[in-house]
Amino acid sequence: MTTSEMMTLKTEPFVLNFGPVHPSTHGVYRMRATLDGEVVIDLEPVVGYLHRGIEKLAEERTYGGFIPLTDRLDYISPMSNNLAYCLAVEKLTGIKIPERGEYLRVIMAELQRLANHCVAVGSFLNDAGAYFTPFMYTFREREKIVDLFDMVCGQRLTYNYMRIGGVSQDIPEEFLPALIKVIERLTIFIEEYETLLKENEILLARSKGVGILTREMAIDCGISGPVARASGVNRDLRKADSYSIYDRFEFDVPTCETGDCYDRYRVRIEEMRQSLRILSQAVKDIPGGPVKAEVPHLIRPPVGEAYGHLEAPKGELGFYVVSDNSIAPYRCHIRPTSLINLSALRDMVKGWKVADLIIIFGSIDITMGEVDR
Amino acid sequence: MTVPEVIINNLPMEATPPDWPGGYWWHWVFFSIVLIGFMLTMVIIAIYIERRGMGRMQSRLGPNRAGPFGVLQMIADVVKVLLKENIVPDKADKLIHWLAPIVAFVPVALLFTVIPFQNGALLADLNIGILFIVAVSSLTTLGVFMAGWGSSNKYSLLGAMRNVAAVVSYEIPLALSIVGTLLVAGTMSLNGIVLAQDIPFILLQPLGFLIFFIAGCAEINRSPFDLMEADSEIVAGFHTEYSGMKFALFYLVEYAEAIAISAIITTLFLGGWRGPLLPPWLWFIGKTLVVFFLMVWTRTTLPRVRIDQLMALAWKFLLPLALINLFITAIQVLAWDDAVNWIAVVINIVVMGVLILIWSKFFKLGWGRIEV
Repeated sequence: MTTSEMMTLKTEPFVLNFGPVHPSTHGVYRMRATLDGEVVIDLEPVVGYLHRGIEKLAEERTYGGFIPLTDRLDYISPMSNNLAYCLAVEKLTGIKIPERGEYLRVIMAELQRLANHCVAVGSFLNDAGAYFTPFMYTFREREKIVDLFDMVCGQRLTYNYMRIGGVSQDIPEEFLPALIKVIERLTIFIEEYETLLKENEILLARSKGVGILTREMAIDCGISGPVARASGVNRDLRKADSYSIYDRFEFDVPTCETGDCYDRYRVRIEEMRQSLRILSQAVKDIPGGPVKAEVPHLIRPPVGEAYGHLEAPKGELGFYVVSDNSIAPYRCHIRPTSLINLSALRDMVKGWKVADLIIIFGSIDITMGEVDR
Repeated sequence: MTVPEVIINNLPMEATPPDWPGGYWWHWVFFSIVLIGFMLTMVIIAIYIERRGMGRMQSRLGPNRAGPFGVLQMIADVVKVLLKENIVPDKADKLIHWLAPIVAFVPVALLFTVIPFQNGALLADLNIGILFIVAVSSLTTLGVFMAGWGSSNKYSLLGAMRNVAAVVSYEIPLALSIVGTLLVAGTMSLNGIVLAQDIPFILLQPLGFLIFFIAGCAEINRSPFDLMEADSEIVAGFHTEYSGMKFALFYLVEYAEAIAISAIITTLFLGGWRGPLLPPWLWFIGKTLVVFFLMVWTRTTLPRVRIDQLMALAWKFLLPLALINLFITAIQVLAWDDAVNWIAVVINIVVMGVLILIWSKFFKLGWGRIEV
């Protein structure tokens, strides 16, 4: 072989499967990546490995009986799923929720946001290769929040706490002092975390400018939540379409401009701060009284349809419920945040390397339970 | 007594005790076995330190069931791994797959032959000791690449290719950073270098130490340069398809390499076996473990770099700094009769600070996205 032949040696791209069983696919996601050496030149996502037909199962259950199944959607943040479904059914039936119930819902939803972002930030850094240390640290803090949930509903993963018309039970009296302690602890923890990671050279090099999602593409793909806000889309349903009693609280919607992995990480950290603000306001103002409206055991909503949505930790989570005046929904459709946020993945990772593919994917923060339903 | 005289007085062949039964060769066989035993023991200690230390740093416990404080955990693991089934993939290149762990293991074992445990106590006091280390240490890559190629797995191949790229690049700053110490010590024998360290070379060659530490970490794939087995990206890298004792051999190589690099850093920069009060070999082992602990520390703290950033760091940052360091050291050696003095220490520390500041201002890690 002559030198010129050596120089023009043909290389060809090859296909590499990431998943469905892979340490960094956050469950059973599968990416068929076409690689040119280390560079990702194409990506084909394959979903459906965790499909359980939850939407169909809703049609077989009563309105109240479907709540436990919503826990299994985004199992990192079940409280938000519960709440989103209850909002939809309440919109359908027009049930008014007592004050204390509303406050408890907000407290739980914001705690859930904190817990979710703890996992999101931890696993993002784990994907970046910070061998489990941030993961363990954030899980240590999540643990405290899970303990609080355990206190109010006796569960640590699938809470099943929200009910149509309020919440299932009142909080025990040791809950609020414990909550205040957690708020104080988390405030310190976030600062600690920031000093460790905010200006870490390697983290900056790995995530700044990597996996840019432009504002236009974020809007076109219907991406919501922290991912969209990192791209400069100032849309937070808590402000844009205020549900529950969010209009009473003072908080900001953090946004960033570039839309790279680092911005998504920053937005999450800022959102944790804002959640702490909401929580400390809610703890101060929480009134007494009943936590659940008088709702019949079997609800028969009038014929019609309703779409209830809220700002879940990962983005806009919506439930579309159609009623035919029976005890079960005629049709229940879920707007899965994770699946829709994933839709821009291919364009985000094209041209980046294998290592970037993993952290871009990690920075979107998905849960497979919600993607496949 | 000048440095060369000291070396002549400590030539290895004379170090054999005249009354040693069986003469010279028995001495070698015996101490080879001692050395391998030492290596295995150190690896067990290293793994224990790593797992417990990482546990502490990550706010968890680490292994604490087998024996008091979990000290027997490694023994239990070895027994477990010995009993495991050896699985070879169908499409693997059987011979290469089988040979790879051995090829990877031998060079690491060879590294320990030239490291002095106390004055003159080393298996082979080669007068080119450092050259031997530089030559042999990169041979492990061959075994790693054989593993990556032979297991017919794309993850393995990616990991192995990353490793080859990293080792080839980092060999250069690694070797250049050593040259500075060689100039000052005036010898290539590791024992001679230790004897020359009236001031530990970490003070005299601070930049050389940093470059050697970083390049050493990259060479043996310790975090943040552990790209070849980046578990979040390519599962387990080159040893994805290995199980049982063959996997254990790779695991052993990994830690033996880390210990070897720690021992070399100890010898070159931390004054080797020299130290007050305690016996020399204890000083040596203690310093080695401290250096190893530094590696554990960086592993728990830092995220991983990307492959192009790894390359950029070697060629744009470490290589120029190593060259400048070499240049300055050469001038110092020319200017002074005895370069081991405190003025040189002050100058070199200031130079290190200034150089790193200037370079980090203009240095850009990696090049990012590629248009496809």
